[in-house]
Amino acid sequence: MKAFEYAAPTTEAEVLELLSPEWGKTEILAGGTDLVGLMKAMIITPDRVVNIKEVDTLRGIRRTSQGLEIGAVTNLDDIHDSPHLEPFPAVRQVIAGLGSMQLAAQGTIGGDLCKRPNCWYFRNGFGLLAKRGTLVAEGDNRYHAIFNNAGPAKFVSGSRLAPALIALGAFVRVIGPDPEQQAEIPLSEFYRTPRDENQRENVLLPSQLVADVVIPDLGLANAAYEVKQGCGPEVPLAAAAAALRIEGGRVTDARVVLGQVAPTPWVSADAREALLGQPVNESTAEAAADAAVRSATPLSHNAYKVQLARVAVKRAILRAAGHQTGGF
Amino acid sequence: MANIDWPKQGTASVLGTSPDRLDAIAKASGAAKYTYDIVPDKMLLARVLGCPLAHCKVKSIDVAPALKVPGVVAAEPMKNAGDEVLWEGDILAIVAGETEGAVAEGLKAIKLDLEPLEFYVDDANLEAAEKADRTRPAGRNVRTPDDVDDEDEYFEKLFKECERDGVVIEAEYGVNVITHMCLEPHGSTCVWEGDKLIVYHSTQNVSGTAPQFASPLGVAASDVTVICDYIGGGFGSKFQADEWSVAAARLAKSTGRPVKLMLDRATELKTAGNRPSGFIKVKVGADKNGVVKVWDSHHWGTNGPAGAPVSQAVIPYVFDPPNRRRVVTSISTNTGPARAWRAPNHPQGCAMSQTAYDDIARALGIDSYDVFLRNLPSVTNDKAEVYADQMKIAAKLMDWKAKWHPHGKGPERDGVVSGLGMAIHTWGGAAHNSSCTIKVHPDGGVEAILGSQDLGTGTRTVIAMVVAETLGLPVDAVKVSIGSSKYPASGPSGGSTTVGGVSESTRRGATAALNMLLAKVAPKLGVDADQLQAKNGRIEVIGNPSKSVSWKEACSLLGMNPIEAQGNFQRGQSENSLSSSGAAGVQMAEVEVDRETGVVRIKKFVAVQDMGLIINRKLATSQIHGSVIMGIAYALFEERIMDNKTGKFLNAELSDYKLPRLGDVGEVVVELYEPESEYNRGVVGLGEPPVIAPGAAISNAVCNALGVRVPVLPLTPARVLAALGKG
Repeated sequence: MKAFEYAAPTTEAEVLELLSPEWGKTEILAGGTDLVGLMKAMIITPDRVVNIKEVDTLRGIRRTSQGLEIGAVTNLDDIHDSPHLEPFPAVRQVIAGLGSMQLAAQGTIGGDLCKRPNCWYFRNGFGLLAKRGTLVAEGDNRYHAIFNNAGPAKFVSGSRLAPALIALGAFVRVIGPDPEQQAEIPLSEFYRTPRDENQRENVLLPSQLVADVVIPDLGLANAAYEVKQGCGPEVPLAAAAAALRIEGGRVTDARVVLGQVAPTPWVSADAREALLGQPVNESTAEAAADAAVRSATPLSHNAYKVQLARVAVKRAILRAAGHQTGGF
Repeated sequence: MANIDWPKQGTASVLGTSPDRLDAIAKASGAAKYTYDIVPDKMLLARVLGCPLAHCKVKSIDVAPALKVPGVVAAEPMKNAGDEVLWEGDILAIVAGETEGAVAEGLKAIKLDLEPLEFYVDDANLEAAEKADRTRPAGRNVRTPDDVDDEDEYFEKLFKECERDGVVIEAEYGVNVITHMCLEPHGSTCVWEGDKLIVYHSTQNVSGTAPQFASPLGVAASDVTVICDYIGGGFGSKFQADEWSVAAARLAKSTGRPVKLMLDRATELKTAGNRPSGFIKVKVGADKNGVVKVWDSHHWGTNGPAGAPVSQAVIPYVFDPPNRRRVVTSISTNTGPARAWRAPNHPQGCAMSQTAYDDIARALGIDSYDVFLRNLPSVTNDKAEVYADQMKIAAKLMDWKAKWHPHGKGPERDGVVSGLGMAIHTWGGAAHNSSCTIKVHPDGGVEAILGSQDLGTGTRTVIAMVVAETLGLPVDAVKVSIGSSKYPASGPSGGSTTVGGVSESTRRGATAALNMLLAKVAPKLGVDADQLQAKNGRIEVIGNPSKSVSWKEACSLLGMNPIEAQGNFQRGQSENSLSSSGAAGVQMAEVEVDRETGVVRIKKFVAVQDMGLIINRKLATSQIHGSVIMGIAYALFEERIMDNKTGKFLNAELSDYKLPRLGDVGEVVVELYEPESEYNRGVVGLGEPPVIAPGAAISNAVCNALGVRVPVLPLTPARVLAALGKG
């Protein structure tokens, strides 16, 4: 770990003042469950670390006219246990699936949404795009992207909660660079695929901060399904979340979002199309799952992920509609 | 006079009971100090720099920039110009400093000039290895009747017969390299007191490492003290002083300050040991009952740059058919060198061959249990009957007969299928050399002192129990001192040799001490010493327990000085052996497999294990639980992933190196097998045997569930799906 300056401001305005306008100079510390490891490995070497966990306005779960507002530094455990989360089982399922009391107790929702990507070339110091993507393409890509992987970015998005939250129509309130500046960004537009090493995997500026996440009350039936090899705190091999409106026994609105399959959470318009107007049953869920992976472009070592993504989508849809599914 | 032997089965008061570990509270509360916890005053922290390239020649390593980093106190290169570096992570330099941060920056500042050389890391791919000129023959062993002239013709004839009357299978199996993944990495804290060195060393070998420090440091071995009270895992990888700990001692000397060096996780996994891989191509012929008649195999794998693969002696494993040919090829790779990993060779041998025996059952459509049973007459040890008995017990505990279905023919429920598999194993486990001192103080206090170490499996407790049994005292009356090279020498803890060794020496020492005490008590009770025995905290006349003195009173007869007796055991030279060697063992797995995702879950695991005389049933059971979990780990999760593109060990971190959690373990049922015939053999080591069979047993259970073989361990979802044609 490189020596760094540590700041623990108590207001949002102070946080923004402490953040550098340049990537790499400052890092935001929330739960630190991923950041500290990356700093110890010197993959990330900031001059200053700004701890935002002392900022009270960034914590808490509140009902507002817009829906359920969750402060960025709210612990995942607290979110899981909150009665306000009753309508959003997809979120609870993902937190329960973390497989680690420590990660759930220490990790935060803002930290999860901004978690750096999963890619062992990135985490072994080859950079986010690992030689313009050639290392991943020619190397061991068993855990890499099966969608949107033709460009240099072939990693998979690091957030566990984003697929569920995007399916639920959540947005984030972003503050900065100036204290009075704030913007509401639909989570579905928050992520992007970087094209060069100077870009990050979301639209934040270096001096901006996710202040809270809002889940609107859309009344959607929802569920998430992650395919994990074991019960531990490992990254899922594939994941999906589904949020459905079912009226008169037919799907009238649907959002299906995949995780661990692309450089961003992967919203599947094809799955949505396949579901609209259909009742939810094994065969329609299967058809939607097939549609979801039809455009997959697996790399040399990850064709199996297409099957896993398909199963995750099918099971998320069925579970969202309250059906039993196979598997564990 | 008390004799040197064990009490008859059923008459012991302490042996065979289940007291808690003596150090349980110390460990659970954090009071136990591991090497990592030792923090002397003014200590410097040290870290090493691993080579970023898989194969290169060192042109220069310049540590001067590191020394300019504030907080860095010392740095030195550990390779010279011109040296060839053979794997990524081999150690190039060491830096010591005031803080972890300073050391990390110091390491980063070191200027490396390395000339990259061609590298090769793919141990599974024999063809690629041949192309890269990385293979060499590593053994060829054929057994046929003496009168066979043309070996090929003979094997062909046998296979034809089997094809006609029974079955022939051709298959490939394998198991990837795994690491030891000691939770406490390798390392030491080194403290000089003048010209004497004290090393707090995370080691399985306190009595044997001092000379390894002394020689390169230019001091006398007698001036080095190695201390290890607690160790956070070794599994065969911690017998040596190791160059990095020697370097830490050197920096401690040059800086005049204590230096602590514990390897970082990545270096630990890349450089401090691993278990060799094994991949096999095999053709097996059996009769219609599944009795194997002919075995013809070629296996390969790597132990790193030297290449040595799994020994041919374990192929096929435990079973030894009348006709066999085994050919071995080594593959030299630019990967870290292997070290002994719990039961060296055996887990891989078991996984590469007892899978084939199960595939014979699959091909014939008969119960795997019957195939294993019918092949028992061919086992390489003399334990066919023990295996048969253990199989019966295991089958009952598993409810095998009721649950069995032919391979792939079980019911599917919500996409999930279940299956059964089994495997058997064998191990030596003879006692190692061990010496001890037993002291009995005039106030009644008892000490056992020996240069052994407790790997966490309960050596301390076992020593106390043996002494307590011998002296007729409760276990907590015995103070055990182990973990220092200044104590009487005891062997390294490897190969399941420790419990045999320390119980041999402590039983002997305690018996000698007791006889000295009895000689003092005899006149007081007016009998000869050989009419006395120690029992229930008293010294009593045999057959007349009312005539007795308390232990304390007996010891008060000693006057000023304690009794001190030595116990010594030398393998093969000591009379009245209290230990033996040769263990069997049968394991059965029940698994569930999600056919859609390829995820495997362990439902139930049964382990039936002999170990001669059992000293502590709870610790023995715990040891087997640990083995089964470790077995599940390499069967389903663990794998060193080398990158053909960069030569890097890609998952050398706990976040990417998969391990099972409690939820992945399922129900583990342990049966300690100790009929009188076993008890009377004395102590046999238990450390290795139960970790051998889980790989094959689980692979066989998955094959039984799916009806297809997933050939290579670990059985990841990707591999399961590939075997099902869905990947």
